[in-house]
Amino acid sequence: MEEISLTKLKSKKSAIVRSIEGGRGIQRRLEALGIRKGKKITKISSHFWKGPVTVLAGKTKIAIGYGMAHKIRVREE
Amino acid sequence: MAKQNQKILLMGNPNVGKSAIFSRLTGAKVTISNYPGTTVGFSQGYMKLGNDNNVIVIDVPGVYNLDPLSKADEVAVQMQEKGDIIINVVDATNLERNLFLSLELREKNIPMIMALNMWDETRHKGIEIDVPTLQKELGGLVVPVCGLTGFGIKELVEKLLLVKKRHFTPLTREQKWEKIGRIISLTQKLHHHHHTLLERFEDISTRPATGIPIAVLVVYASFSMIRLVGESLIRYVSEPLFNRVWMPIIERISFFLGQKGVLHNILIGKLVNGEIDYEKSFGLLTTGLFVPLAEVLPYILSFYLVLGILEDLGYLPRLATQVDNLMHKLGLHGYAIVPMILGLGCNVPGAMALRLLETRREKFIAATLMAVAIPCMAQIAMITGLVGKRGGGFVALIFGILLLLLIVKGVLMNKIIKGKSPEVLWEIPPYRLPQPLAIAKKLWMRVSEFTREAVPYVLLGVLIINVLTAIKVFDLLGWLFSPVIHNLWGLPEGTMPAMLMGFLRKDIAIGMLAPLDLTTKQLVIACTVLAIYFPCMATFIVMLRELGLKDMLKSALLMIGTATVVGTLMNIFL
Repeated sequence: MEEISLTKLKSKKSAIVRSIEGGRGIQRRLEALGIRKGKKITKISSHFWKGPVTVLAGKTKIAIGYGMAHKIRVREE
Repeated sequence: MAKQNQKILLMGNPNVGKSAIFSRLTGAKVTISNYPGTTVGFSQGYMKLGNDNNVIVIDVPGVYNLDPLSKADEVAVQMQEKGDIIINVVDATNLERNLFLSLELREKNIPMIMALNMWDETRHKGIEIDVPTLQKELGGLVVPVCGLTGFGIKELVEKLLLVKKRHFTPLTREQKWEKIGRIISLTQKLHHHHHTLLERFEDISTRPATGIPIAVLVVYASFSMIRLVGESLIRYVSEPLFNRVWMPIIERISFFLGQKGVLHNILIGKLVNGEIDYEKSFGLLTTGLFVPLAEVLPYILSFYLVLGILEDLGYLPRLATQVDNLMHKLGLHGYAIVPMILGLGCNVPGAMALRLLETRREKFIAATLMAVAIPCMAQIAMITGLVGKRGGGFVALIFGILLLLLIVKGVLMNKIIKGKSPEVLWEIPPYRLPQPLAIAKKLWMRVSEFTREAVPYVLLGVLIINVLTAIKVFDLLGWLFSPVIHNLWGLPEGTMPAMLMGFLRKDIAIGMLAPLDLTTKQLVIACTVLAIYFPCMATFIVMLRELGLKDMLKSALLMIGTATVVGTLMNIFL
């Protein structure tokens, strides 16, 4: 499977995080919530009009702004 | 020399239940300190440990790591240096993610114990944790607890006496994550489990298709509940108390003071038809106590009750996610829905909630929008009652104009004010059934804080208005503003006292319009302008505290400017 942005991933699909584009601040904040390279996440839903993307990482549900979600590259499982 | 009090710090990720453990440990001897002007606040209490009765316990704001990214983080990191013992509170259902902070904390070489919180939930979620192995791997004591029910707290306290200082060689980030991976594989087993009812509800309230209708329903139900509880408290508790118990006392004072004179005017105010009128007399002991305690406090109480339930249930982050994209158009982000909704109840708690917002820009936009376009419950009731008599369409017109203002001003401020609203990134916690005791405790803290803060300000406001009336400042103001009121808004001079009253109480101000024989157009304009032009005194004070003087002045200019323009436009086009 090719690498896509998290915003392009379909709801209810799982994927492995490949990379996070963006600065150290964003990387650390995502890492703190359990999203880092190599982690498996499952997309729960996305909201219309470029609203936030919600994902499941481990046992935690997280809402990620569209812009930030766009920077997360994943590979679908 | 007195021995310095021992300090115990409760530290952990946000939302792991530190505060529940805090209130279990400190029991009834809780004092809350809320440090104004920032988003950071921490609670401090006392507990008995061994022979020491006054061990200080501090509920440190939640952080994900000790690498401060925000102001709140900085406070937590600074506080950590000063502890004698750290209780590292960990969410047992999220062990992996929580361990990073634990590994960082243990390198500080302060005696530490881990409280494995939400222990009861691990079973529902099919998580099995091997505590002895975890203790061995971490090199410290681990106690499974449940802050909400109190399970394990006794053992935690007993073990607090046993914790010892240990030294750990610092690990790099990579090494930490490696170690965490190892710990998790050794200590945690996941079993398949069936979805509980709450979990099913979690899913449907997170997806937009079902989540948005649920959001509307939840907001509506919350408001109905707030109104029901608030109005019942006023009708059956606060008004009877003031009428039957307090009234005879102040009538005596009034009589004793000779029913007139400067002191009488300040303490009791003016008599209406020879009697004290709690809403119109305007003395310190009459209106000054009645308005905050009998009229506002019941609503604050019911409001915080409902809010506390929604917070503990875990609904607010979901609501914030649902409305995030709409709020971004107004220069805000999802969490700004909280002060806005609070503001609909009473602008005062709404303004207090401004501190939930991260940036100065967001605080400014949210405060200005709330002051201009969000009428409080008391105001809504008065407008509906008074204008409704002239036809429901006029009520709709007023609220329609306010809604339009909310959107137009939000979009404009978003375009004009430099910067962008920050991106969303937050955890959506699982639903948890609210615990009555925890709710009651939180309610008590919030209500007493409101009483301590609001009552003195209202008293001060009443005093200032009385003094200004006595020295004829209001006559001067009336003369000064009559061109705006009369020429631009087309309102008679008689509305001036109501306009001034609006600085103190919007609902009373609207009530003062009733006997003036205004045309429908004048009434609609007066009500709209009253809603927009300035927040009431109590809200103003809180906003001032949250925004600072400079931003508050800018915001106030925007409010007055908007009121002038909107009033004039309505006068021309209606």
